[in-house]
Amino acid sequence: MTLLDTVLFLPLAGFLLLLLAPRSNPNASRVGALAISLAVFVASLGLLAPYWFSAPAGWHFETNLPWMSYPPIRYHVAIDGLSLWLVLLSTLLTPIAVLVSWKYIDHRVKEFFAFLILLEFGLIGVFVALDLFLFYVFWEVSLVPMYFLIGIWGHERRIYAAVKFFLYTMAGSVLMLAAIIFLYNKTGSFDYSEILSLIQSGRLAFAPRTQLWLFLAFFGAFAIKVPLFPLHTWLPDAHVEAPTAGSVMLASVMLKMGTYGLVRYCLPLFPEAAHNSAPWVAGLAIAGIVYGALVALVQPNMKKLVAYSSVSHLGFVVLGIFSFTQQGLDGAVYQMLNHGISTGALFMLVGYMYERRHSLEIAAYGGVATPAPNLAAVFLITTLASIGLPMLNNFVGEYLVLQGTAAANFTWVVFAALGVILSACYMLWLYQRAFYGKASESVSHHMFDLTPREWVAIVPLLILMVWMGTFTQSFLPPISAQNAQILNQSQASVRVAQTSPAGAPAPGGERNAR
Amino acid sequence: MPVNYLPAAAEYVRVLPEILLTLVGTLLMFLEAVTSDNKKGIFAPLSIAGLAAALGGTFAAYSDPGLAFQNMVTVDGFATFFRALVIGVGLLAILSSTDYLRRENARGGEFYALILFSIAGQSIMASANELITIFIGIEISSIASYILAGYLRDDPRNNESALKYFLLGSFATAFLLYGVAWIYGATGSTNLIEIRRALLNGNEPLALVSTAAALIFVGIAFKISAAPFQSWAPDVYEGAPTPVAAFLSAGPKAAAFAILIRVFLTAFGPIASTWTPLVWGVALATMVVGNFAAILQSNIKRLLAYSSIAHAGYVLVAVTADSGAGSAAAMFYLAAYALTNIGAFAVVTYFGRKGEKYVKVDDFAGLAQRQPAMAAMLTIFLLSLIGVPLTGGFFGKFYIFKAALDANLVWLTVLGLLNSAVAAYYYLRILVVMYFREPGESAENLPPAGGALRLAVYASALGTLLLGIFPSWILDFASKVALR
Repeated sequence: MTLLDTVLFLPLAGFLLLLLAPRSNPNASRVGALAISLAVFVASLGLLAPYWFSAPAGWHFETNLPWMSYPPIRYHVAIDGLSLWLVLLSTLLTPIAVLVSWKYIDHRVKEFFAFLILLEFGLIGVFVALDLFLFYVFWEVSLVPMYFLIGIWGHERRIYAAVKFFLYTMAGSVLMLAAIIFLYNKTGSFDYSEILSLIQSGRLAFAPRTQLWLFLAFFGAFAIKVPLFPLHTWLPDAHVEAPTAGSVMLASVMLKMGTYGLVRYCLPLFPEAAHNSAPWVAGLAIAGIVYGALVALVQPNMKKLVAYSSVSHLGFVVLGIFSFTQQGLDGAVYQMLNHGISTGALFMLVGYMYERRHSLEIAAYGGVATPAPNLAAVFLITTLASIGLPMLNNFVGEYLVLQGTAAANFTWVVFAALGVILSACYMLWLYQRAFYGKASESVSHHMFDLTPREWVAIVPLLILMVWMGTFTQSFLPPISAQNAQILNQSQASVRVAQTSPAGAPAPGGERNAR
Repeated sequence: MPVNYLPAAAEYVRVLPEILLTLVGTLLMFLEAVTSDNKKGIFAPLSIAGLAAALGGTFAAYSDPGLAFQNMVTVDGFATFFRALVIGVGLLAILSSTDYLRRENARGGEFYALILFSIAGQSIMASANELITIFIGIEISSIASYILAGYLRDDPRNNESALKYFLLGSFATAFLLYGVAWIYGATGSTNLIEIRRALLNGNEPLALVSTAAALIFVGIAFKISAAPFQSWAPDVYEGAPTPVAAFLSAGPKAAAFAILIRVFLTAFGPIASTWTPLVWGVALATMVVGNFAAILQSNIKRLLAYSSIAHAGYVLVAVTADSGAGSAAAMFYLAAYALTNIGAFAVVTYFGRKGEKYVKVDDFAGLAQRQPAMAAMLTIFLLSLIGVPLTGGFFGKFYIFKAALDANLVWLTVLGLLNSAVAAYYYLRILVVMYFREPGESAENLPPAGGALRLAVYASALGTLLLGIFPSWILDFASKVALR
């Protein structure tokens, strides 16, 4: 039983505990959820121990136990430099999401917090699972609580949004399941490291066509989750309709499941197919960057604007991943965290505003800076972080992505940079319309300033925005070390494939066609 | 065969479950006549005791497996699995129907006797090693089921249900019997072992044998409600008393799959290449028809009926794989499905209230707020039907599609998995109504569920979750005894 197991199962225990909480006393559920999620967060800080003085690649806190004998499915979990930060992101944002929902959720309180904690369990599981089957289990398990979070506590069109969210993800993931079973039938194992070593050593090689299909099956599931243009249409609906905590968890952590999957699975397992598809994927990513930004520009609804900005930002992440360069990949992973923090903060702030004014329309605001100067200041910092101002977190990620991409293909950068410019346009314009100008009667009446609870929830994110923008070295080394290894894996087998004598059958696998 | 054939004692032990079921059923019929109205409460415990004894008999029979009655009956692990399954279905069905019968003022010994007789027939189907035994098993099971479907004889819906079920069911059995005649003509035997031996020799004209196999398949396809012979299921399930619909969707279906697997994977195994394309097409059609028709349903019983059609399609995928892994997957799936579906129907029984007033999907509005525990159980069942991990339904689908990929049925797998994504839509609709809508008139003043029904629901939910977390408990046994 390692610390990682504790971090993973504590939320599950917490979920069961919350189910027993008395319905008549909603505060018990609130306090319980906060205590559990804080305990998980504190425990998860211990995961940093191996990375304190050095940045080793490879697995830590590994547990590998049999779950069932046939088919050989194992409970195999561990973290590396890639999953470490994503786990911490999940554990950090869950207590914040609890705080954000403290007052906002006023009916069926117990169920809400139970689902939120169950969601944390699924999310952590996705990031630490090293058995493909286990990964799939967590992938699906995380779907259910989010479905209820949107469907029960969302806004007017919540049911449509919840069902759309579920079906989109489900449709993508069943094909991934088919690919997982196919891999198992070829290798006799669900174990990620085992399959990876088979592929790396060349003992398992697929015909290009087969590899492409497998790649696409995984890629489809991840691309829907990211979401990559043109599979993004569920995202604005889900975000707009979800309650604040739901939007925060969705944007900050859940979307990262997709990009994490691309880095963890698509690149090392199907290197050739990934390389060959890179131009297409990059094209879609750039289309998403520009399209998301343009649509964000014309949104009258704040939440929808932030949602489309997510499509744009996640395009950068995908672009960085498929640049196949160290900087690009580092930037992509860094950007996953940045997006989690700054967009999470934006959704929180929009949620704060909604709680006061009960409207998401930008037109309903204006002049908010006068009655709520602190809210305005915090929103400004977050806006500047989101558009990539130097010294704040997004700048580092975007810069690295653009640098890496430039090394891969300069034309891509030209288009991608458009997204950076447009993001400044839509965010600053939003800021101007909502916070400047003369406050109307109703705005000054409703818009009181941040409460202590709201401060507590947002301050950790503000600190991280500055910290990640200035002391990059606190975060980047473990990511870089792991990315170097992943990059090496995704190049190595391409090299093996290219240098192996033409027509020589790869032992233990299908004939390699290169 | 010896003229002075007398069955040995061991052979009686091998049909012990059937003997016990028939005896207790007959006893119930007799007691019904002599029991005063206020003592009718004893029938349910008595029939449960009978089923428990039959379960014991099943294991006693398995302690000495083998053939019996001149190879007409076989007691192997496969038969034992399905015997235990249908008896388990019977237990849950009885638990979930006591409340219902009291509510509808229809308590009577004959209800329980009919369930026992029906299970006796299914138990014979599970262990039949001979086409004639299969036919007898089907008839015993079906005739009892026809009456059960029309059990509330004053209710016109029940009458319609029973009549439809009877007419179409007999029609299907006629196909089966016709096929049996053809195969007898072709191979000179109705014994599955003999048929296999004859087909392995390959002296019979393939066209003749294939036609026979096709006719038998049609007969069984009716029973498992496979497309294009599925149209009776929604009408029958909708009209029948809800606990009976639960029973029909699980017990007879599992038994019919048992004979489908036994006949096609053993007797017709040698000519697999001729029937697998047929089953491939039927499997796909069944999944598509079931899932897409279910989307349009507003009555939850009809919805579950179409869903049961779709699930029959998934099991047919496992049959198409024509392998040991496929038959083990089908066994696991049927067990998981039986638990899940009986549980779901039990919750519907409870929510439906007297006269099955509230069986529209919309009537479930807000039940999560009024009856959170029951709604949570129904959620588990629906997630299992969708195939979400950590439920039995997920592993069932997983094993089936794994077996299909093993057998290189890539397209069937992909289409089947996409079908299961479509299916998520209509199951989610029930969750949507239950959780996301405000309670309406149908949710008010709901009396608490009776103990027996609650036991059935909780037991099914527990079983569904256990199969989803520790699937190897069942799968290991199923793989060991799978046919092929």
